[in-house]
Amino acid sequence: MNAIFLMLMGLGAMALGYFVYSKFICEKIFKVDPHFRTPAHELQDGIDYVPTNKYILWGHHFTSVAGAAPIIGPAIAVIWGWVPAFLWVVFGTIFFAGVHDAGAIWASARNKAKSIGSLTGDIVGNRARSIFMIVIFLVLLMVNAVFAVVIAGQLINFPSATIPVWGAIVVALIIGQLIYRKIIGLLMVTIIGVVALYAMIYAGPMLPLSLPDSIAGFSARQSWIVILFAYAAIASLLPVWMLLQPRDYINGIQLFIGLILMYGAVLISGPELVAPAFNTNLPENTPSMIPLLFVTIACGAISGFHGLVSSGTTSKQLDKEPDVRFVGYFGAVGEGSLALAAIIAATAGFATLADWQAIYHSFGQGGVSAFINGGANILQQGVGLDTVLAQTLLTVMVVLFAGTTMDTGLRLQRYIFQEWGHIYNIGWMQKAAPATLLAVGSCLLLAFGAGGDGAGGMLIWPLFGTTNQLLAGLTLLVITVMLVKKRRPMWYTLAPLIFLLVMTTLALLTQLKSFYDKGDWFLFTLDLVVLAAAILVSLECSATLTKQIKANKNTPVTDKS
Amino acid sequence: MKLEKLKAWLRQASFYAEEAYNSPYRSAIARAKREQDDLFMLLIFSEMMGVPNPASYYTLELQPLLMERFHDWHTRMGMEHSPLDNIKCC
Repeated sequence: MNAIFLMLMGLGAMALGYFVYSKFICEKIFKVDPHFRTPAHELQDGIDYVPTNKYILWGHHFTSVAGAAPIIGPAIAVIWGWVPAFLWVVFGTIFFAGVHDAGAIWASARNKAKSIGSLTGDIVGNRARSIFMIVIFLVLLMVNAVFAVVIAGQLINFPSATIPVWGAIVVALIIGQLIYRKIIGLLMVTIIGVVALYAMIYAGPMLPLSLPDSIAGFSARQSWIVILFAYAAIASLLPVWMLLQPRDYINGIQLFIGLILMYGAVLISGPELVAPAFNTNLPENTPSMIPLLFVTIACGAISGFHGLVSSGTTSKQLDKEPDVRFVGYFGAVGEGSLALAAIIAATAGFATLADWQAIYHSFGQGGVSAFINGGANILQQGVGLDTVLAQTLLTVMVVLFAGTTMDTGLRLQRYIFQEWGHIYNIGWMQKAAPATLLAVGSCLLLAFGAGGDGAGGMLIWPLFGTTNQLLAGLTLLVITVMLVKKRRPMWYTLAPLIFLLVMTTLALLTQLKSFYDKGDWFLFTLDLVVLAAAILVSLECSATLTKQIKANKNTPVTDKS
Repeated sequence: MKLEKLKAWLRQASFYAEEAYNSPYRSAIARAKREQDDLFMLLIFSEMMGVPNPASYYTLELQPLLMERFHDWHTRMGMEHSPLDNIKCC
């Protein structure tokens, strides 16, 4: 089949989801009210609570949630063929992610813009809140470890990207100073920054740079991982305006340029999908598609991480309540379209089926490299970019996304350690530097513990997916309980919640068995921890919902809102 | 006429760009600034807490200017009234 059909079908279905299903969910289930005074107005302080134009808020929300994860997940999952990945991304976006993201903003806005974490405490209970903290910590831990492994892998595969990737950080540092000190206007800085970045991408293939095979007994991959964490630790301690803010801004621009280029190139060249629709010739170690597909693709179909962004920052800036539809649901559609682009690149960007099979020779292989190689081929055919240049461009895009997530992730992990320091009265843990060292140490432990040379880091990708889905489950639980309290239909959020919990638990059990068979006790233990969290979340869900439904039966209908 | 339109469009574009740049980090930066301001206030009021300040002759003049900020600070810290005996701000 031609990739253009797949693209049009996917985008069409998601557009339909936005125009029809999200309208139904927002108007009939959430009953958004244009006259509701949102926290941005009620608590307006010019700092946290600022009513923001919905297009700007959407841009902010979308660029915060879309990163490397919706590229990596689908690019790994196409090993089962493109149909399953495509269906899960499209239906996941329409019925899961969109409802989850919009719902999280709505729930938070209706509760003084509290974060989902504290809402879990208020609405579900304190026990659920503690589980929530642990799950968040696990998500951050895994995302940092996996992304370090991914970046290291790409810097080894594509040495032409080394200079632009690190150069981009220098560009961001300069931009940050120029803007913070108000030396020149932002529009000018944007142009200079983008031109500088693309000039470096252009120069990259002429000056490929790679680390020596062995430094002090470390392989090149291990050295990169250590360098990356050293960098991320320093970056996460800098004030946000110095590096994180300008880099985030550049990433946002890169995201739009990348999406336009990819979809444009697909439209022009119309590549054929060489990968099988359903892969019947699976490599030996590939786990069963059900349930693993549903945790391999987390971001791009549904991701709990979005709930954190939705409730922590987006809800505080919501101007009018009906905006949740555009900001939340359409933000999820944006992310779904990025995942769709990743699927197309990883299945249509190859000349023959044999080429594709050579890359997807075992589970966890392919992934980002397949996206970069395939995407580069499509860009070469469609827009006429040189293949190496196109590879550099896509590598820089993915690595910068992942790098920014690492910076933010480490920062958040540090806050958690500092908070634990406060709770348990451990003086040194409350300080920024030791807390960062603890965060980096735990991530390094995971990156190296998962596989001796750090190469096995991709093994934890599905585990990362499971924790991410648990987080989404907790958010959906909060929304469902709120809906039950208001006596509205609950199945639109409860059905996705049950599906997620079942698939996540099954996936954890499947993986538990495979880690046991391999004798990988480190990951076995980690899996057990996540499994315990999953069971606790499920119990919490059923207990809270039964209690609420019983309470509803015993009280007369009063709530009309 | 055309030039006017172009200018208006440019203004709009730079407004969107600045909002896109600033809105995600507004609160983090404001919080960092507030922390620096608190440190500055501590310097100004240091004599009252028994910390000798060689520049007190000058900082004394600044104290009235900081009254409002001082009130913000003690309410933010969870104290309903001023914790210092010689400053009754509310």
